[in-house]
Amino acid sequence: MLPSKRLCHIGPMPLPAIDGWFAVDDGVAHLLGTRCADCRTVHFPPQTGLCRNPRCQGEDLAETRLSRRGTVWSYTNACYPPPAPFAAAEPYTPVTLAAVELAEEGIVVLGQVKDMTVDDLRVGMELELTSGALADGPEVWMWGRP
Amino acid sequence: MGQAMSVLVAGAGMHPWGKWGRPFVGYGVAAARAALREAGLEWTDVQFLVGADTIRNGYPGFVAGATFAQALGWTGARIASCYAACASGAQALDIARTRILAGLCDVALVVGADSTPKGFFTPVGGDRPDDPDWLRFRLLGATNPAYFALYARRRMALYGSTSEDFAAVKVKNALAGSLNPNARYRTAVTAEQVLASPMVADPLRLMDICATSDGGAAVVLVSPEYARRRGLDATVRIAAISTVTPAFPNTVLELPCFATDSTAAVPPPERTFRASIAHAAYEEAGLGPADLSFAEVYDLSTALELDWIEDVGLAPPGGADKLLRAGDTALGGRIPVNPSGGLASFGEAVPAQALAQVCELTWQLRGTAGARQVVNARAALAANQGLFGHGSAIIATV
Ligand SMILES: [Zn+2]
Repeated sequence: MLPSKRLCHIGPMPLPAIDGWFAVDDGVAHLLGTRCADCRTVHFPPQTGLCRNPRCQGEDLAETRLSRRGTVWSYTNACYPPPAPFAAAEPYTPVTLAAVELAEEGIVVLGQVKDMTVDDLRVGMELELTSGALADGPEVWMWGRP
Repeated sequence: MGQAMSVLVAGAGMHPWGKWGRPFVGYGVAAARAALREAGLEWTDVQFLVGADTIRNGYPGFVAGATFAQALGWTGARIASCYAACASGAQALDIARTRILAGLCDVALVVGADSTPKGFFTPVGGDRPDDPDWLRFRLLGATNPAYFALYARRRMALYGSTSEDFAAVKVKNALAGSLNPNARYRTAVTAEQVLASPMVADPLRLMDICATSDGGAAVVLVSPEYARRRGLDATVRIAAISTVTPAFPNTVLELPCFATDSTAAVPPPERTFRASIAHAAYEEAGLGPADLSFAEVYDLSTALELDWIEDVGLAPPGGADKLLRAGDTALGGRIPVNPSGGLASFGEAVPAQALAQVCELTWQLRGTAGARQVVNARAALAANQGLFGHGSAIIATV
């Protein structure tokens, strides 16, 4: 990425709530997994060290960016504020969650859903990765409208 | 497993489930003494005590075997303690069974008890960014009911289950629980009440989700030779204990995970994790679903009972709702499921829960289950699943 692009951001970049699980470049979010060089198994959250395929001896797990679009495996919400360490917004609006299936990686990834309620969601519909802030500031990956 | 390899249940005992707010040790001791009383044995007869650990009650909970042994009075008996989430009681039972089968002891006492805080289960305290159980709360606010709800919504989409079906599970289990003196909730409910209860994690409502409870359960296991020698009334046989872990790639999103395993390199296994837990038990017992008189399954939610009915092979995938609607899984039905009232009537006391299931198996198979007795019960299965790849299935026969 060109350094000049970074200068275009207005205000401080939000801190990620967790390091190394996702990246946001120019507003485009990617989940960061690792892929085994030997058997091609994908790991999310990113696994280092040993491949989780029990029949693979691979230890070369390189960072890989996961597909940004997938289909909803299932979804729900939290009608009551989840307990700490979750930082619930006040006033509280239900957190929406979706488990999204990424076809190429053969993996289902759970995430908060941005700006949608359970009424907007259906099993099988397509969502796209984005990011958003937790109520106390740090940023996490989220699923959103494509 | 042949008759020579048998381990017998000499006695079962429980401290009633509730929200008593007292230390877990007392519940465990009460259950242990009840089990010993039923067995016709003394604590001083016990050679080996296995405690199922509780992780919410400090150091005494992490060494439950020692804690219960000290509370009952040190006798020099050997002890073990183990934790395996919801399967803790089953693993404790398996440890006791194995020591008896190895010929290293004749009498073992297995005890589990818990004292729980109000509300959602929350992660153990402190900032632990390397612990997925902490992170799922921190990053997603994903409580246990959120995962149950994902399964429920998936079931609705795949098989057309409805909120009314889920409510019918609660109605059925509440009715059975109303007949169980050890249950926490002993009032029958209507479908209207379930459907009017507040939504917690869409599509699951408050009355679809099991509570967290205090309680204690204990089982006395003996070798057949010892039972004969002491003239014990020990007719119930442990025919199988399955505690298998998932096979890679596990394609069902499990608590407390953020993602499934990937199928990019290896195709999914023949059976899902839950189905594989039951399958291993059937293999070990040399029995199949058709041999069961009833089953106790882990209804953390109403919808999950329907999943389990299929996972243990009592119905094909998507077929559990049909059994439910026909009344087959109710008390008096063709294959009662959760005649104890299940978690719906008990609430979850984690280290005691798998043992509570074995208590129900024992009493039903002995014909002492009172008003909720399954007629002529000969064989039964109890199944559960917990966090971090733990699960169990136990088959008992007479
Ligand atoms: Zn590999």
